[in-house]
This record gives sequence, structure tokens and C-alpha cells, in this order.
Amino acid sequence: MKTETRHEHFEPPSLLGTVLRKLHIDIPLFIGLLLASLLSFVILYSAGSQDMDVLIRQAERVGLAFFLMTIIAHIDPYQFKRYSTLLFGLGILLLIAVLIMGQIGKGAQRWLEFGFFRFQPSEMIKLTTPMMIAWYLAEHPMPPKPKQLLIAVLLIAVPTLLIAKQPDLGTALLVVSSGAGVLFFAGLSWFFIAAIIVACSALTPILWHFMHDYQRDRVLTFLNPEADPLGRGYHIIQSKIAIGSGGIYGKGWLGSTQSELDFLPESSTDFIFAVFAEEFGLFGGLSLLTLYLLIIARCLYIASQAQDSYSRLLASSLSFTFFVYVFVNIGMVIGILPVVGVPLPLISYGGTSIVTLLSGFGILMSIHTHKKFR
Amino acid sequence: MHTIKDHSFENRIFLNRIIASFCVITLLSSGLIIRLIYLQIVGHEHYSLLAKDNSVKIVPLVPTRGMIYDRHGKVLAENTPSYSLELIPEQISNMDETLLGLQALLDISSDKIELFQKLRKRQKRFVSTPLLLSMNDEELAKFAVSRPYFPGVDIHTRLVRHYPYSDLAAHIIGYVSRINESELKDLPISEYRGSTHIGKLGIESSYENDLHGKTGYAEIETNVQARLLNTLNEVNPDPGADLYLTLDIDLQKTAYNALTGFNGAVVAIDIKTGGVLTLVSRPGFDPNPFVVGIANDAYQALQTSENQPLYNRALRGLYPPGSTVKPFIALAGLEYEAINPQQRLNCPGYYQLPGVDHQYRDWKKGGHGSVDLNQAITESCDVYFYRLASMLGIDNMHSFLKQFGFGEKTGIDLIGEKTGLLPSREWKLAQKKQSWYPGETLITGIGQGYLQVTPLQLARATATLANQGHVVTPFLVDKIVRAHETSPGPEKHQDTISLKQENINTVIDGMINVVHSSRGTAKGINTHINYQIAGKTGTAQVLGIKQNAKYNENSIDFKFRDHALFISFAPANDPKIAVAVIVENGGHGGSVAAPIAGQVIKQYLKDSYEN
Repeated sequence: MKTETRHEHFEPPSLLGTVLRKLHIDIPLFIGLLLASLLSFVILYSAGSQDMDVLIRQAERVGLAFFLMTIIAHIDPYQFKRYSTLLFGLGILLLIAVLIMGQIGKGAQRWLEFGFFRFQPSEMIKLTTPMMIAWYLAEHPMPPKPKQLLIAVLLIAVPTLLIAKQPDLGTALLVVSSGAGVLFFAGLSWFFIAAIIVACSALTPILWHFMHDYQRDRVLTFLNPEADPLGRGYHIIQSKIAIGSGGIYGKGWLGSTQSELDFLPESSTDFIFAVFAEEFGLFGGLSLLTLYLLIIARCLYIASQAQDSYSRLLASSLSFTFFVYVFVNIGMVIGILPVVGVPLPLISYGGTSIVTLLSGFGILMSIHTHKKFR
Repeated sequence: MHTIKDHSFENRIFLNRIIASFCVITLLSSGLIIRLIYLQIVGHEHYSLLAKDNSVKIVPLVPTRGMIYDRHGKVLAENTPSYSLELIPEQISNMDETLLGLQALLDISSDKIELFQKLRKRQKRFVSTPLLLSMNDEELAKFAVSRPYFPGVDIHTRLVRHYPYSDLAAHIIGYVSRINESELKDLPISEYRGSTHIGKLGIESSYENDLHGKTGYAEIETNVQARLLNTLNEVNPDPGADLYLTLDIDLQKTAYNALTGFNGAVVAIDIKTGGVLTLVSRPGFDPNPFVVGIANDAYQALQTSENQPLYNRALRGLYPPGSTVKPFIALAGLEYEAINPQQRLNCPGYYQLPGVDHQYRDWKKGGHGSVDLNQAITESCDVYFYRLASMLGIDNMHSFLKQFGFGEKTGIDLIGEKTGLLPSREWKLAQKKQSWYPGETLITGIGQGYLQVTPLQLARATATLANQGHVVTPFLVDKIVRAHETSPGPEKHQDTISLKQENINTVIDGMINVVHSSRGTAKGINTHINYQIAGKTGTAQVLGIKQNAKYNENSIDFKFRDHALFISFAPANDPKIAVAVIVENGGHGGSVAAPIAGQVIKQYLKDSYEN
């Protein structure tokens, strides 16, 4: 390892600074996440028909997620690197277990039952896949050679296919983008990137062949929402009406009429952005997007300051995946992307996704607060 | 592995990529922003208009559920109009108050309120949602008077499923009932929008997809009061398919009535096709209350009844086959050449394994004397079959009986069938962690011990034997009739057990003698017919009897009395129908079970064999 020296002014540590350093928390990021979570309660209260139970359950999950994030932030990033392969392998085994259980129990199953709590291995995979790819690529000089590209693609394909088989298209998409993100930040040449995009478009018909009927329906519904006005198409049509009728300033908090009338139960989960945009208008929508972009900007900054290849690859990929989350969800709600089951990060009700998301931010904080050379 | 890394080069690449990703993110975000501007500024007026109350709403048009008929076209499940109390949530300002008011007025149980609440959450607020189904005259009158106090509540006519034969075929047809929460999660939303019921049991459940049909929709224009102004566009629903069963409901009725006073099962199969003619499980239950929502105490009573009326004995009841297994063991003996049919054996009334004191007793005290194979079947001599079983061994018996479907599901098109148990050395080692004992081979030979069968399995095995070893797969749905096409029921598997014709004839001759010889154990049923019935009686022990104790039917509790069994097919020379009967605690196969089978066979063959 090359030695690096930086000359910084010595500042007497303030009390607050000491405490925060001990907590391993990155303040700007923490404030951003906290704001988003608080916003989530405001919208959920309206979207969930003012049901306090919904808020309480969400508060429990958010509390747990923040706690977990703080714990993870304490772990030295070296440990993540060390256990990357092990965690990845474990995740794959659990995914296979879920598939087998699903075969026995008939029908789709995504979680394992451990007595008092349910565990979704696909959530864990969202973190272990970029860890694994980052570990693998960090072992080699960058940018990755064709051989490393091939192995990385295989490593991404295994969990992706297992999740797609569950079937959970939304999560599969996020896993692919987290793995692909690592390759991108590792400096995969633009030629390969172009080649992969071309290959993927060529593979589309084959993928179509392997899709479940309901997944095909969703794509078709996206292309022609009027075809299924009682089902998914109805959501797209209605969410456009809700958002459009919100106008510039919105109808005000608790003022949504469209979403209130038509979306139950999905107005609290995947389609929550429609409620938000109806109540707070373009102004609110742009503010939320800005909040997201600020969080992402801070994350990318953290990545750029990371000191070893593994950390920077992992940090940048997690940041980028967070953006994919936002883009895919809002894109589907405003009708420019097909409906895949991706929640609006930090805002949507329920799911274990908020726990996974904040665990990811925990990793970022750990990377930022455990630097060896100051 | 350890190629030297050029750190400053890598740093440069990485920073470039961070900048590139920032560009990508900015670009994609701009896309979102442009779309939002398009929707919320450019399209605002257009969408606001659509959002106004007097706009287009889409209401589901629920398809009519398919009918179910028996083989002669008699209606087994139909849709009858009935009055229901329905609420349109959108028009009700205070839902809780309204529900409380209705509850006070009409004495509605709280589970019905709860169900309504769940149903309401998945419907759109302008869709009329039922609270009470099948209202009676008193309820109608009460509500009619108070109607002005309940805006948004109204009486509608809805089609409600009705089962005219009530308890007679409840175990086969099953019933439909309100969709519950866990079912909601797995149902396709658009297909079941507006549907309130779903098949829960029997044919109603296993053929749900065919019976339900395809939901249509209407685009309607309404004003602020949600009054219908205009229907813009309508896509009609496709009604559900009608099902024609192989079941003969009159024959079912005969069998059901013949079982009066007992718990048990009667299964009759058309040997040529595998079509199930009767599938009786007694006691039955009336499925109609389940459709409108059965009261909790009535349901508890059904659940806790000692006679277990909700339990489908024909499909799920497990019984030792007793002596009804003997024809199959005899056939195994002939096929494996363990015996020849003329070989005679002395039966002193008990059998002992070499070097063991234990006496395996015959049902007849003092024994049957010298018997050959035919007599052993006719008189149901246990000692002959102890001996034969010990010559065959458990491995041969296991593999031979397996071919007839013992220990396997029959594959009938109903959900919930049990596998039964065909014991083997491997099974015992795996389940009991013990090796197989020779004594267990003997009692397996007379259908006792671990061996367990369902009445349906027994009927199927009998049909397969009558069908010269061509395996019969039972099924219930003969035809699925849609508006423009008719499709056959489930796929039938073709399989044949290779058996020698003369061996089959020898065994069937023995079974004919069971009914037609003067020493036969079921000779009581051979009257008034001009064809022959082949059969075999059986008695299955419920209570173990100690070595020196004596079984006295009159002195023991009814529920510990033996089960009576009978398998049969007819006409013996051209088999058309196979019947298996199990009468719980019936005592003797010959006197109790055989007459039931006799009635079923005689009624079924009446037309083709009229004198």
C-alpha cells in the first residue's frame, strides 16, 4: 500500500464532534435520511386513510432500520471486505432454500420463516452482490479485463436469476444494477458497456420467453394501459390523473381525492408518489427529488473520498443503486417505465426494504468514518 | 494475482466515473422532471377534468358462475336470485354509524360486519358491496321501513349459489363461500374485482378457474350524487363454464340412503372409463349455509360433532382393508407362482410360524378344513392367506399391491385425497426405526396391521382387477362446456399391469362364489338378478383382541365394533361397475356392507339387464 500524507490543521475537537465520531455517523447523510423518513410519516398518514396503526408499524421498522444502520456504521469496512464472499455464498444458499420451500409450499414465496420473524434473503442479496463484485474486482488492477468482466457477470447472474424465479422482477432489477454499478465504477471500458447494452436488447425476446404470464401482462399493460382497465392499467391511468390534477402547488395535505378513492391498497406502498404529487404538486415533487439528489450527492462524495478500491467501488455502487430505486419507482408511477414492484425508497410503507436501505447507508457511513489517514 | 496496481491511474478512472455517473443521474432526473412538468402543468387542466366527480368510472361486471350437472343433466349446483343488503361506501358519510344502525335494526353478526369491512377495502368506493346475503321477508320488511335513514344502503338482487341436493353430494360438489383475506392476496386482482365468492371445497374448488368465468367491465359516467348518467362502453363478462359430472345423483341417493344409521363411504366407478358414479361419505352436511355465511355456532357444531360430517371419508378416510385384500393377495400368489389353484391346505382354525408359540387365528373357530384357492376366497379362510403371505413375503406383496394403486393417490380431480399406507421393509425402517417382523407379513396378508386404504383406493383397485389389469383412474368431471367449445375433463393415464388371463379368471371365480355359492360370505345379495356379481367381504378390526379373549359383538361399545367392508363388480363376465363399501362399526361385511353394494349395482344395471 502506498503511503499518503496529508497536512491538515489541527483543530481542538469539540464535544459534539467527539460524540459523533464515536458514533460513526455522517451528519449530512444522517440529516437527509431523517428528513426523508419524517416525510414518509406525513404522506403515509394521508395515503393510509389516517390509520395510526400504519404509522406505528412504520415507526417500528424505521426505528429498527436506524438502529441497524448505526450498528453497521461501527463495523470497520475491512470486515465487510473480509466477509464479502462468505456473506454472498450464504445469501445464495438462503435463496435456494426459499425456492425449495416455495416448491413444497406451492406458489410464490420470498421469505424464510424463523419462528417469530420473517427473513427475505433477496433483501440481503441487494447488499452482498455489490460487496462480492467489489471484492472480486478490487483484487485485480483496474479497469477490469474481459475475463474479470465475464466472471463478474456470472456472479451477478446467479442471484438475479434465482430472484427472478421467485418471481420478483423489481428486486432482480436492483440486484443487477448494484452489480453492474460496481463494474461501471471500476472503469469498465465504454466499448464493453455499449456491447452489453446491445447484447441485452438482443436478449429481450429470449427474456420475454422466460417471463411469467403476469410479468408479460405488466409490460403489455405498460405499453397499452387501456388493455387492462380493471387491473394494473387502472393504476397507471389513475396515477397519471392523480398527479396531473395536483398541478403546481397540489391540493394540500390530506387533500388527495383520486388516490384516496382508487388506489387502496397500493397507495401506501408502490404508488405512494402519486399521493404525494397530488397533495403537494410539482413543487412538492421537485422538492422530494431534490432531497433524494442531495442524499445521492453526499453518498457519491463519500465514495470519492474512500481510501481503498473495495470501499470506493462498494460505496459508489450503493449510491447509484439508490438512484435506480428512485428513478424506477417514480418512473413507473408517472408512466414512463413499466410497473415493476419497486417501492419509493425511505417513503413507501412496509417491506423489509427500508431495513436493507439503511443498512446500505450504514456501510457508507462506516467507510466514511473509519479512515486511516486523516 | 498480485499484479502491480497503478494507483494514480485507478484514481483518475474512478473520479471520471463518478463524474460520468453524476451526468447520468442528472440526465435521468431531468427526464422525470420534464414528465412531471408535462403532467402537472401542461396536462393539469385535462387531468383535473378527469378527476372531477362527474367523470368516467369503471365498474366490474361479474360473470355468472358455471352450473354443475350430473351425468343425466340433473342440476347439482345452480345460481338462484336472492335479495341482498348492499352499501355504496362513497355515498355513506359515516360508515361506522351506519353499520351500527343496521346491526341494531337487522341483528347482523359481527363476523359479517368484519367480512364486509375487508371486502370494502378492496373494492372501489363507488362499487356496491353486499353486507347481508339471502335476506328473508322479515328482514326485507324491517329495512324497507327504515330505508330513508340509511342513504347509500339499498336492497339488490344477486345470484346466490344453491345446491338442490343439499347433504347428498356436499363432499363432491363442495361449496362456494365469501372470499377471505388470505385468498385475496393470491387472487388476480382484475379477474376477481366485484366477485364476492370463491370455491372452497370439492369440485367448486378444484374447478374454480373454469367455473368462475372472466370479469367484464363497463365505463360509466356519473354525476356528483353518483347517479348513473350514461354508459359509455361495455365489455361483457364471459360466463363460467358448465361442468357435467360422471356422477349419477340417483345412484348416489340410493347409496346414501342405504348407509342410513351408519358412518361410512360408498364409491362406485364406471370400470370402462374410470368415471365416478357415486362417492358417498356419510354423514354429509348441508353446503347451502356456507354460501351465505354460516353462523359460528352452527359451524362449531359441525366441526366438533363426533360423527365428523365435514370429513370426506371416501377420499380421506383410512381403513384397514381386512379380507377385501385377499383377492389381490391370491392373484399375487398365482402370478409369483407361489401356489397353484388346486393345491389344498388344511385349516385347523389357527396358524403358527415355525418355532413361535403365538397362534394367528382364523375368524372361524375350528377352521375351514381342507381348502383350495377358490374355497379360501369364497369362505375367506384366514389361515390359507397367512400361509400364502408367508410364502410370498412382504417385498413381493408390496410391489404387487403397489401396481393396483395401494399406498398411492388415485389422481381423482378433487383436492385433499389421502395416500393411504402400503407398508414395506424400507417404510418400517424409516418410520419406526425397526426391522420387519415375519408376523407382520402374515397379518398384512389378511389386510390388517399397517396396511391402510381409502374407500376410493379400494374401489379403484377392484375396478382395475375387473378391467383385466388395465389401470382405472377415477375422475368426476366428464365435460367442461363453454359458450363456443366443449372440452373433456382431466387427462386419463393409460397403464396396464401384466397379468395372466387364467390367473385373473381363477380369482374372479372365487369372487363370484362369494356371492353365488351356498358357502359364500355374501350370498344374501344374489337374488333378483340375471347376471353374476363378483365380490369379497371384509371385516376390519377396530379393537385389538388378546390371544385368549373372545370377540363378542353384543358386549362391546358400538364405536369399537369392527368396520364392515365389501368390494364388488358386476356383471362378472362383462364388468361395468365396481363398488367399494365401508361401514364404520358395521360388524360384518357380508350382512351389512354387501347389501349396500348390491342395491347400488342392481339399480345401475337395471336398465341394461331388465328381465
